[in-house]
Order: sequence, then C-alpha cells, then structure tokens
Amino acid sequence: MATIYVDDRPYEVDPGKNLLEECLSRGLDLPYFCWHPALGSVGACRQCAVKQYRDENDQRGRIVMACMTPAMDGARISIRDKDAAQFRAGIIELLMSNHPHDCPVCDEGGECHLQDMTVMTGHNYRGYRFGKRTFRNQELGPFINHEMNRCITCYRCVRFYRDYADGKDLDAFASHNHVYFGRHEDGVLENEFSGNLVEVCPTGVFTDKTLKGHYTRKWDLQTAPSVCAHCSLGCNTIAGERYGQLRRILNRYNAEVNGYFLCDRGRFGYDFVNGDRRLRQPLLRGQPTGAPEALRRAAALLGRQSRIIGIGSPRASLEANFALRTLVGPRNFFSGMAAGEDHLVARMLRALRGARVRTPSLHEVESADAVFILGEDVTQTAPRLALAVRQAVKQAPRTEAMRLRIPRWDDAALREVMQQQKGPLYIATSGATKLDEVATASCRGAPDDVARLGFAVARALDDSAPEVAGLADGDRALAEAIAGALRAAERPVVISGSGSGGEAVIDAAAQVARALGRERTADLCFTAPECNSFGLGLLDAMNTSEAFQRVADGLVDAVVVLENDLYRRAPGAVVDAMLESAQVIAIDHSAHKTVEGAAVALPAGSFAETEGTLVSNEGRAQRFFQVFVPEGEVKPGWSWLMELAQAAGRNELATLASPDDLLAALARAVPVFAPLPEHLPTAAFRVNGEKVPRQSPRASGRTAVQADVTVHEPKPPADPDSPLAFSMEGYPQQPPSALITRFWAPGWNSVQSLNKFQSEVGGALTGGDPGVRLLEPGANGYAAYSEEIPVPFERRDGEFLVVPLYHIYGSEESSAAAPAVAERCPEPYAALNLEDARTLEVEEGALVEIEFDRALYRLPARLSAGMASGVIGVPMGIAVQGVDVPAWSPCRKV
Amino acid sequence: MQIVVVLGVLNAPLILAALLIWLERRFLALLQDRYGPNRVGPLGLGIVLADMIKIFTKEDWIPPFADRAVFILAPAVIVVTGLMSVAVIPITETIGVTDLNIGLLFFLAMSSMGVYSVVLAGWASNNKYALLGGLRASAQMVSYEVFMGLSLMGVVLLAGSFSLREIVEAQRDVWFIVPQFLGFAIFFIAGLAETHRLPFDLPEAEAELVAGFHSEYSGMKFGMFFVGEYVGVTVVSAMIVTLFFGGWMGPVLPGIVWFGLKLLFFILVFITLRASLPRPRFDQLMAFGWKVLLPLSLLNLVVTAGVLLLLKT
Amino acid sequence: MLSMLRTIWTVFLHLFRRPVTVQYPEEKPYLPPRYRGRIILSRDPDGDERCVGCYLCSAACPVDCIALQAGEREDGRRYPEWFRINFSRCIFCGLCEEACPTYAIQLTPDFELCDFDRQSLVYEKKDLLIDGTGKYPGYNFYRVAGLAISGKDKGASENEDKPVDVKSLLP
Repeated sequence: MATIYVDDRPYEVDPGKNLLEECLSRGLDLPYFCWHPALGSVGACRQCAVKQYRDENDQRGRIVMACMTPAMDGARISIRDKDAAQFRAGIIELLMSNHPHDCPVCDEGGECHLQDMTVMTGHNYRGYRFGKRTFRNQELGPFINHEMNRCITCYRCVRFYRDYADGKDLDAFASHNHVYFGRHEDGVLENEFSGNLVEVCPTGVFTDKTLKGHYTRKWDLQTAPSVCAHCSLGCNTIAGERYGQLRRILNRYNAEVNGYFLCDRGRFGYDFVNGDRRLRQPLLRGQPTGAPEALRRAAALLGRQSRIIGIGSPRASLEANFALRTLVGPRNFFSGMAAGEDHLVARMLRALRGARVRTPSLHEVESADAVFILGEDVTQTAPRLALAVRQAVKQAPRTEAMRLRIPRWDDAALREVMQQQKGPLYIATSGATKLDEVATASCRGAPDDVARLGFAVARALDDSAPEVAGLADGDRALAEAIAGALRAAERPVVISGSGSGGEAVIDAAAQVARALGRERTADLCFTAPECNSFGLGLLDAMNTSEAFQRVADGLVDAVVVLENDLYRRAPGAVVDAMLESAQVIAIDHSAHKTVEGAAVALPAGSFAETEGTLVSNEGRAQRFFQVFVPEGEVKPGWSWLMELAQAAGRNELATLASPDDLLAALARAVPVFAPLPEHLPTAAFRVNGEKVPRQSPRASGRTAVQADVTVHEPKPPADPDSPLAFSMEGYPQQPPSALITRFWAPGWNSVQSLNKFQSEVGGALTGGDPGVRLLEPGANGYAAYSEEIPVPFERRDGEFLVVPLYHIYGSEESSAAAPAVAERCPEPYAALNLEDARTLEVEEGALVEIEFDRALYRLPARLSAGMASGVIGVPMGIAVQGVDVPAWSPCRKV
Repeated sequence: MQIVVVLGVLNAPLILAALLIWLERRFLALLQDRYGPNRVGPLGLGIVLADMIKIFTKEDWIPPFADRAVFILAPAVIVVTGLMSVAVIPITETIGVTDLNIGLLFFLAMSSMGVYSVVLAGWASNNKYALLGGLRASAQMVSYEVFMGLSLMGVVLLAGSFSLREIVEAQRDVWFIVPQFLGFAIFFIAGLAETHRLPFDLPEAEAELVAGFHSEYSGMKFGMFFVGEYVGVTVVSAMIVTLFFGGWMGPVLPGIVWFGLKLLFFILVFITLRASLPRPRFDQLMAFGWKVLLPLSLLNLVVTAGVLLLLKT
Repeated sequence: MLSMLRTIWTVFLHLFRRPVTVQYPEEKPYLPPRYRGRIILSRDPDGDERCVGCYLCSAACPVDCIALQAGEREDGRRYPEWFRINFSRCIFCGLCEEACPTYAIQLTPDFELCDFDRQSLVYEKKDLLIDGTGKYPGYNFYRVAGLAISGKDKGASENEDKPVDVKSLLP
C-alpha cells in the first residue's frame, strides 16, 4: 500500500495502479476517454490531466496525465488545480470543435461519456468558428451503426477490436485530422464481439442498430438484472424494456464472469422476445383459445388417476423445472435433454464434482497462462469464453514483458514488447476453429482421436495415467509438447465441452485435469449445451429418450413439456409418434412444432418476462429478474404449472406460491442446491425498507403512454415475486450487486458510471459479485483415471462420421429467432475435407446426401481444409436438429 | 300590526344578510378594480339566489368524530343572538320590536352570548384547527366585550338612560359622535372584533387555521355562520347609528330612510376596512385591546363623567 | 394609525377607477405569441416534421404527460412514429418547449381546451402537427446537424467541410 495526496487529502492506494485508476477507485471524478479498465492506458486523449507536485513545498507543479503516471508512494497531485482544470476544458473544447450538432438524433445521447465529460469539465460554448470535419459512414452489418462524424479519436474502438478481441476488419485509417475508424470497405463487422464497441465507444460513433429499430433513451428503459440465456456461460446482462417490448441488452459487469464484455449473440439475440413467433395466448391443437378454457382442458388431462410425466428443459429456470418435477414427482420427471446431451452433461458434472479439479470462472480463464482446448469450437458455442482464451494467450508474453518493470496498465508499452508473441494455446478439434489463428498448435481429428490426444497428454503429465496404445509418433510429440506447456504454466486451464458430442473427449479433458491436478488443483472448464444444462444435470433426472420410451410402452396418458422443442431433442418421427400416443401439454414462450402439435399449449414468459435461476457452466447459480409484464396471457412457466395443478385438483404444488418457495423447496429436496435460498436475493429483500426500482427517476410518459386507451392511469403492476418494483419509486441509491438495474451515478450517465459500482476500478462489484458457486472441488470425490481409452478412428468406405458444427448465430434456438442474428445465420451446408471431397467428386456447393438417425438430408457441400479426414460436419440447429451425433452415415453425391 | 312590525324587523336582517352576499362581493370587487359578480341576473343580483340554492343543496356533513348535538347547536346560537339584538334597536320613532329600558345592556348580553356559538363550534368539531379558532375567538371576544361595554358608558351618562330609544331622543341637539368621539372609535374597533370581521378575523384566519372554528362545517350550517356574521355586521352598524349618529333622525327625508342610509354607510365602511387592512398577529390584537383600548375607554368614562359633574355643579 | 387611515382612503379611491377585468367570452384578451397554451408540433421551412424524436420533451415534462416513439425514415431522418400529449395532465409549464432542441414542440396562445370528456384531451400526432414553422421561422435542425438525410449529404450542413477522402494522402 502506498499513500498519495490528492488535493492535500491522503489516500491509501495500490502502487501497481496508475493515478487515474486510483482516483476513480476512491470516488474522485476525473474525466478520461482513451483509458478503459480492461484495455489499459495509452495516454492518447490527454483528458485526465492533473497537476503533480514534487513535495509539499512545491507550489508550481507540472501537468501530468493521470492515466500514465503510477500511483507512487508520496505522490502529490491536484485535480482541482486551476491550470489542470483549464487544460482539461481546453482538451474537451478541441475534441468538440469537430463534433457535430447531433445529440438529439444520436442514440448515445443521454448515456454519452462525451456529454458527461463535457459537463464535468465545464466547457459550454464552441469557440472555434471554422468548418467541422465530416466523414462518410460505413454500413457495418445488422448489429452496429456507424456515424463517423462524432468521432473524437480516442482509439478505444480499435484497441478493443484489434488488440483485445483480435478482430481484423476494423482499423484506423488516414492521418492527422483525418483519422478514420472503420473497415477497409463497407461490410459486416466479422468479430463476434463487435457489439462491445457500443459500450466501449465514449460517444455515438458505434451504436446499437437493433436498438435504433425501436429507439428509446436510457432513462426511459425499464431495466432489470438478467442473465444471458443464449449459451451456458451465464453472462450477466441488463435487459431494458419500453412499451411492452424488450429493447436492448447491455453488459452487466460481474468481475468473476463476463467483466466488461458480452458476445454479439448475447447482446443482439434478445429480439425473439418481441418476435411474431411468440406465443401470446393458449392454443388447443394449434387453435387460439382463452386461458380458462385451456386450463380446463389441460386439467382434464392431468386428473388424479391419469399417469403423467413431465419433460423439463435445460433452457428453463431451475424454479420452473422444479415446479414440474414436484408436480409429476421425481420418478416421472425427465430433464428434457436428449440422451447424448444428458450423458455428456452427466460426465462433465462427475468430473467437476470429483477431487483435484476445479471449474474456473471466466475471469480465471482470462488470467490463465496455458490453455488446452479439446474438441470444442469455443468461439461458436461459448463465445465469451473464446474472448477469455484470447486474453489468456496474451497472459504469458505479458508476464514476460512485465519483467521489464512495465506496469500492468501501461498498454502501449506492453504491446510494444509483446509484439505478436503468444502464450501456449493448444486446440484439438474435428473442424477448424477461429481460435486456431492464435493457437500455438491446433490439430484436427475425429472426436475419438481428439480424445486419444487428451489421454496421451494426461499420460505425458503423469506416468500413472493409462498408456494410449498405438499412438502415432507425431501425436506423441504433440502430446509431450502440450504436457510440457501445461506443466510449465502457473495457471493452466483445460477446456472442453459438449460441442464435439464425444463422451470420450470429456473424459480425456477430465483426465488431463486430473493429471495436472496431482500437485495442485487444476482448472477444468466445460461448456454445456444450454444456459441451464448444468442445473438440470444437477437435478439428476432421466433423459428425454427414456420419456419417449415410456410413452411408447403405453405407460403414460399425458405429458407436460416445459419450454422445450422436442424436435430439437429427438428425430422427428419419434416426437411425432409421441405426440400421437400421449396427450401433450406444452408450455413455452415461442411457437414451434412441439407447441403446434400439443393438445394444449400455454404461453410462458421468456427470460425477460419471468424470473428464475440458471446454473452456468462454472456451476454458478445466478438469478435473473423479470423486466416487464408481458401482454396477453403470458405467465411464467412455474405459474402455469401451479394453476394447472390447482385446476386439476392436485395438491403437489399447493404449498408453493412463488419462485422463492420453489427455490427453498428445491434446496431441501436436492442437497447441492442448499446454498441457493441463502445467497440469492429473495422477494422479501428490502433496502431501507424499500424495493429497488426498475425505472430511472427520469422515466417519462407515465400519464401518456396508455392515454390512448384510457386517460385514467392504471396502477403500476405489483411484483410480489422479487425485490424489484415496476416503478421509478424505491431505493434511490446503489442497490446490492445482484440487483443492479442500471449503471448510473450523478454526473455519470454513461456505462462508464460502472466505476462507481466497483470496490475498485476493474475489481469486484461493491459488496461482492453476484451468484453462488455450486461446484467446488470435492475432497474425496471421484478422481481415478479413466481406463476407457477409445481406439483410433478409422475411416470407412462410403461412410462418414457426421460430427456437429456450431455457429454463434443460428445454432442456438431462441437467438436465431432474433431478426438481426438471423441475418447472420449461415445457410445449411455439409463441411468436408478437401481430400474427402475429391474422393466423393463433389465441388463446393454441390449437393451431398447423408442419411443417419432415420432421416435423409441433402446439403450443399462446403469444402474446408480445416475438417478432419473421414468426417462430415453439419451445422447444428441450422442444417439438422434433434439428431444424435457423432453418427456414421453413408454419403453420396446427388 | 305589531306582529307585522316584529316579523318585518326580524326578517329584515336576514334579507339584508342575503343581500350582503352580493353587496360585499360587488363592493369589494369595485375597491379592487374588478367587477365582482355581474353574470347572474341584473347587476349580478341573481348571485344571491344562486348562492342560496347552492348552500341549501350542498351536502351537510357532520364529521363522525364531532360532538353531534353541540355541532348542530353552535351555528344556530350565532343567528339567534344576532336576531335578539335586533329586537331592541329602535328603527324609527314608531318602528321597533320592543323598547326595553335596559336595551343597551340587552344588546351587550346578546353579543356576549354570541361567543358561545364560536367556542362551541370550535370545540364540537373535534379538530385542532377548529379548536384553536374557538380558543382565539373566546379570548378575543371576551376581551373586547369589556371595552365595548365601557366605551358605551359615556353615551349612557350623556343620555342618562339604558333605553336605546331614549338615547336616540337625547341626540336631538347634537349627535353623540361629537362629545363621544373617543367612545365611538373604541366601540367601532370593538364591534369589528366582536363580529370577527377582517382585520380581526383571527378565529378563522384561513392562512393559519384552515378556516378556524368552522373548518368542519358545510352546507347550511356553514351558511348559518355566514348569515350570523352578516347579521352581526348589520347589528353593530345599527348600534353605531343608534348610539352615535342620531338613529333615524335627519332632515327632510323620513326617519326610516335616514336610518337605512346611515346603516348602509357603516356596512360599506366595514367592507372597505376588509379591503384595506391586513390582519394583525393575535398577540398584537390582545395587547392593543388591553393596553390601549381599556385605558382609553376608562379615560373616556372618567372624562365624560367629570365634565358632566362639572356642568351640573 | 395615520398610515392605516391613508390606506383606507387609497383603497376607497379605487372605487372610482375603471375595473381592469376583461369580460372574457365577449372580449378576447390579447395573448402574446409566447403565451403558454395548447402545444403543437411544427414543421421546418422545407415542410418536413421538425420533431426528431429525441425524447427530451418527455423527459423534461414534470407531469410525464408526453409519450412518443422515435423512428427513422429510409433516408436517415428521424421522426416520431407516434406522439401523444395527455392535455388532461398538462400543466402548460413550457419545459417541453425549452427542452426541445429543434423548435419542434411549441406552446401557442390558444388556451381554450375545456372539455367534458377527459379522453378527448388526449392529443395524438395528427392533432398536434401544424403546417408551419410556428414561432421560429427559418430554423432547420438538419441544416446544422451532422447527419446525412435525403437532399443533404454529409458535409452540406452549415459550417461543415466536405467529407474527408480517407484514401487521400494529401495533408
């Protein structure tokens, strides 16, 4: 700890930080632009000028940039000094000399860092009377809007896009007063994290194009803390609503999970909530009806005597799933995951609940210095994890560079030293991945071969691990290299997941972690198929195939399907058969084939219209909150289940009335969930006796929004299920970290106000980051080495192994229904190795026919050098769904 | 015949009170460069009827927390005592309800009785503002009662009688305003305070006490206070005319016209005061009464008596 | 005491003054153009809506009686898709007009808004939009803003330079 003096007041600071960070951490207001807590300092904008004095006798002092000056012990600075203040006002005036007169038509207005800083420095009138510089804009695709006139050349965009996210198609062009930030030509921004430019840009150059379609100012959005439901990582988000429509997703900082950034799927995939496919009233065999009638019909199916089963869903909350489990009984509850998926999740959980391996948070992955990825295309299945891996790759060279006594925050200097050096990252997958470009080595193979490499690495790390028979010399050398890198690293991480579909791959990853964990607890990160897969896995239910079997055996009269499209879980014929032989009650937020085929379909709320708890791939249980009250007869899934139970005269759910009750009952019924009620905020929670408001104090239009229907303003809806209120009234200050509905502080209207919510800049939120970890390394859990090493993959004549490929846009069910994301979805295809293509005599785009899982597919071929030999990759959720892959299939040219 | 006179004299103040609604508003408006009520009927006189209809048809609400019996009684008292006072006023030589030889004392007694109305209303309302208003009223009226009585003793000495008719007769040569100017001034001020008219309307000071003692009153009960106030104004004006301005006496015109003109003049003076003077603080009001008016009225009495003795001897 | 008498005399003299009252329905008072009455939305000199849907009026409104939805035309020009003022709540404070950066929303001297039905005091955009510039002739927001719209390219606004040719190497 060091002591610095700011305006003659002493502050205890961390000498490893710079003055700007420390001033902001201590709650002092100091304007800045180019510095970003995740990107470090470059000293480009000259905005954070302060006066530094040599000692207490120094009256003159000198102006320094706070972001480029270490917080050394005894440093004396002044923020209020007249010269420094004038300097800062002058810089703003220069920046504003070219800034257009756009605020009313700018989407950033009202949450603009430039506006805030202009007000903070006191610059009021433009003194420069000559022309303003202008630029032409670029068309940057469906996510990002470009308005280059507003640029203040802080370089944050390219520093994030190129340096942090390793994007290639955004750069600074031209020179002097003409510097231009954009692509070399119009076109879609390719990077999966382009959406963060919206938050990184301090002004309105890059804005959210999906928000523009239904534009609302920040102060008018009714916002609630949410958790992204589009992959298993559980990134924290803030979802905002206006006029009954979900209007945008912003990042909600959680130091342990997503930090400052989100992926584009999470940020722009929300629009399905407003889509045409939403179910807004109950259906009887596809025909719209009223809720009482639907409930009556459903209740008739659920009578006391009827044999019912429930199929849950890995994309529904724990509360809804548990309500269903309680309604039908644990012996009649099925997880809703397909058999293959279920086995993968079970294996992952078994590995993570064993001894010596620990599931790292995303933040811990970021600070890893060696990464080994087995069988997972992380960029496509869990994009934010790929961004973390990209940071991990920079970790080792940065540590090396910091030996030159360059502080961690001095970004430009560190990069100068690091150049293009990369830390160890090894990838073994069946198809090419985007991370290959930063990998030390990446190898291709069928899932079994990928697993064998993993087992070989484990063997190389620990002699007591089983030997992999018949390993090629090249593979052995690679395994040795990987083992060497992992052993040498301080914090190695092994990453795998359900993406390859191979159980052996999971086992292999666990094997490597266990071998690494012989001396210390090793980090093993799995990505799960969906947002609550781990939650369902921990509920320990039977899988969907068993449900189908039970229906086929004639043991079931009625099936309750909760937020699940069974056509994505099993081949169509199987689901068709089930829908025919049993009465199905489907509860979901959007219409799909299962809903259309169900006897009764009930409209459930999406993530924005309900609240619930999801368990992320880290085993972190996090609560998301209802953002708004939906139109129509939409209700939360658990609420429908309670009404169903009541209408049918069943008393299983009679004692449970709220999500809190469900969570408490869940904690009693399943021991692993025991910490939940204690650690997650309950509905009874109050700050100073008040609820936390979802609306800003500036929210407008209260007496006009519904005036076209009636001038008598309705009472704001009550929310008995959460500590948040659908109102602007409530606790006016910062709520606890789990209930942050917006980032705002006096004078800080933009997302940069986040500084005021952190215990220190870039650190945990005040009061600790939300969420509770359910998976910690067991003391004496399962830790034995697996002996089930698969045999080497052998290609077959005329048959190919169909392996799943994933796409960030399209593979996930609900985000694919968002128009902006749908625009980025690829067309269906089948990916083939060049050599295999030659053997089959197919060319790019030619149709190939594959047949597996009792279905025939005709897909245009896509030739890819990155595919392993002997396998065909099919994009999941785009070309195929409901199939159990990997599977062998004949393949013919059509 | 006597019955007609009695009914006429007792009804006159009521009709006058109703007309005063119009007169006060109209006159006040003119003093304030406005028109006042001028829409309903000729000269806006219809406002009297409209106001009466309004006040009779308004919801007459008795608060559940009020002392019901007293609450109803209070407004009646002020009207009854006001009308009783009218009974002793000689309007002309021939017109007058009764001619008590202690007419003046009867008037003073009735005006003291009027205090009960305000005090009881404040008490029965069971409302802190009303109670404060009632308290103020009792303090104010009891105090000013003293000087009111004392200030008139000069007149009694000069006339040698308590009978109002004889007092008027005694002014045949010179109106008592001349020898008793000080007494007139004190009586006038005390009369204002007795009727709690502006600027002495502290019992109902709306800026501090909502509406003081009649905060809880509505409908015709509120109307009774209204009527009571106007009857009070009329009675005090009539007393001034009788005691200091020679009652019905005057040249050329018949007595009743003279009486009416004089009465109207003093009513208009009352309204003019309302338009021009601000309300004093309550402690100022009390201090003024006890420290200025009381010594002055005693002085007036002593000097008058002294001068009379001197003249007699 | 003397001052009181003087006061009474002064007030009494007012009896003979002409009342200042304006006999309203028969006599219409003169209201200055900046009187704060019924709210309208004006058009710019080119005849297009001035409102750009910036939400500042609704944010400034102390009784929250303004609601709108911003939209964008093909050419990039912003406009309110719908715009609603609930005059049964409006207090005619004029803060919306002060907040408006484009002179679109203006208060007019028309105050005769009485109605027996509150519902008919809810004005939609078609009721609010007038065919003129109102109090501020000549002002055209898009001629000073940096946004390109049809008929006004980048760099064509007041006080703007021609767009930079990014590919040029000249200084």
